Amino acid sequence: MSGGRTVATAFDKADAEGRAALVGYLPAGFPTYEGSIAAAKAMVEAGCDVIEIGLPYSDPVMDGPTIQDAVHQALVGGARVADVFRTVEAVAATGVPTLVMTYWNPVDHYGVDAFARDLASAGGAGLITPDLTPEEGGDWLAAADAHDLDRVFLVALSSTDERLAEITEACRGFVYAASLMGVTGARSAVDTGAARLVERTRKATPAGMRLPVGLGLGVSNGAQAAEVAAFADGVIVGSAFIRRLLDAPSPQEGLGAVRALGEELAAGVRHRP
Amino acid sequence: MTTHATGISLPDVSGHFGRFGGRFAPEALMAALDELTTAHAKAMADPGFRGELDHLLATYAGRPSLLTEARRFGEKAGVRVLLKREDLNHTGSHKINNVLGQALLTKRMGKTRIIAETGAGQHGVATATAAALLGLDCTVYMGEVDTVRQSLNVARMRMLGAEVIPVTTGSRTLKDAVNEAFRDWVASVDHTHYCIGSTMGPHPFPMMVRDFHRVIGEEARRQVLELTGRLPDAVTACVGGGSNAIGAFHAFVPDESVRLYGFEAGGDGLDTGRHAATLAGGSIGVIHGMRTYLLQDDDGQTLETHSVSAGLDYPGVGPEHSWLRDSGRAIYQAVTDAEAMDAFALLCRTEGIIPAIESAHALAGTLRIGPELAAGADEEPIVVVCLSGRGDKDMHTAAEWFGLVGRDGGAR
Repeated sequence: MSGGRTVATAFDKADAEGRAALVGYLPAGFPTYEGSIAAAKAMVEAGCDVIEIGLPYSDPVMDGPTIQDAVHQALVGGARVADVFRTVEAVAATGVPTLVMTYWNPVDHYGVDAFARDLASAGGAGLITPDLTPEEGGDWLAAADAHDLDRVFLVALSSTDERLAEITEACRGFVYAASLMGVTGARSAVDTGAARLVERTRKATPAGMRLPVGLGLGVSNGAQAAEVAAFADGVIVGSAFIRRLLDAPSPQEGLGAVRALGEELAAGVRHRP
Repeated sequence: MTTHATGISLPDVSGHFGRFGGRFAPEALMAALDELTTAHAKAMADPGFRGELDHLLATYAGRPSLLTEARRFGEKAGVRVLLKREDLNHTGSHKINNVLGQALLTKRMGKTRIIAETGAGQHGVATATAAALLGLDCTVYMGEVDTVRQSLNVARMRMLGAEVIPVTTGSRTLKDAVNEAFRDWVASVDHTHYCIGSTMGPHPFPMMVRDFHRVIGEEARRQVLELTGRLPDAVTACVGGGSNAIGAFHAFVPDESVRLYGFEAGGDGLDTGRHAATLAGGSIGVIHGMRTYLLQDDDGQTLETHSVSAGLDYPGVGPEHSWLRDSGRAIYQAVTDAEAMDAFALLCRTEGIIPAIESAHALAGTLRIGPELAAGADEEPIVVVCLSGRGDKDMHTAAEWFGLVGRDGGAR
């Protein structure tokens, strides 16, 4: 992994520019294998600092209807784990750090160390694991160390201070703060507890450890991005990008809409109210 | 054999049965799972809670359930068959044992709403019943496919005041209902308890659900000793998620002379790929919060399952069963749809008892192992069969299977 491509560098660069980082999510294989790469590249061009490539999984328990639809479409289209690595390789080639967001079973089944090895050799930056917490993640903590990968765990509004400390200590790259109690999907307003969670997470992070806090779940437009950028180090957007692709009358128009949303969000993270 | 003897104390403090179980869950649920673990431990140690639960089991659910000798069926199996009559419980299955326990816990935790997944509808009906009894709001998630094949239970749940939400994602069966219930719970966990219906899910569910069903085997052990003066040679049960089976097995685990047999849904046959026999045909992975055997493809995607029985139509299995399988303490075999339906008919015609199609898998398995147990035995072997539920809900399926509709119905 080259120094310029790490998640930490991307967050540092955003911080140096006095803004939050923009993190965009898209599942591999959606709307097609090529289409997902094109859309992720459009997100990069529009100003995303980090890309998360979702590994399509049959039982996405933490996802709302939008991501469920996209993932279902990817699986019906024949998306395989090998396609995820190829997608990561193509997106990472843009120079933007590229993480994989995945439920745990596909990694477990592939073999944790083998998955880490193949992700690293595809140029991937690490994993975000929505249904794996550090206490069950011993193999992954070791594999991430062995292959120099970032490991992004989630914190929630319901996390105790003790858990916030344990989780942040196990993270590398950034920590993913879930802004609300619920599944993924666009919301009309950012939960009022989100800012407090970011604050609590920063306080719980072990002294001397630099760990940016990215906030996700529910952010769908530039105004919300600006609102979140005022208190978080990163703004994570997924369902809103997917919605643009699902609603577009043609793939070309979908890419245009993704680019437009990316630009709006990129402006948002630069405009702290 | 010491591992068997110590197995009774599993899971460990973090919910592991050997390498199985654990807690693979979203961080958002961790606080609730910790709260539940504590509440369950406190309740089980509290004579007040036990008293309240035992009172409900005795005066509301109808426990202890009978142990009925099935002489004419036993002749066909070549062994002495004793049926543990969970079908006679209020709501018609073993599910009420667990639901009353969890509903009481819900109230103790100060929560006002209870949600559940259901396959055949038995757990949904039991949950709706307990919610009505204890004044809790209730929502039940049920795969759309199952709402059609178990429409009577949908009506029962709605009659009892529960909201039934048909799940239209994925295979539209039990696993998708579990997914949807988890999605609800992540957003509602501050006032809602997810009453999981089997010995599955993240810790503490597999342990807690087992503890609430343990009464099945405790009663059966006492009853068979009273009736026959000795322990049975085998205990048999059907296994989907595995709640009635773990309930029936658990008290017998330290009795090394008692063989434990779980019978899974073999659907059209293991070689067809159209089945739900997780332990017989699956591999180890993570699903619905636990490490266990599951049916998955080369990429770790969950496979679609098939069974004539909606209650067994599930690609995973409770982690304690995975542990019992690997330790060799229990044996798991697949029973096909056809074998189960033959046993279903046989019990009807020999004993005047209409079993749930789920339970018919245990009956079919008993017919299979009977001759093996009898071969070379000094005295007639005794088999306790967990008759986990009654078959009223399955009459639509049975009518179609046996061609019971119309003037010439019943010819088969």
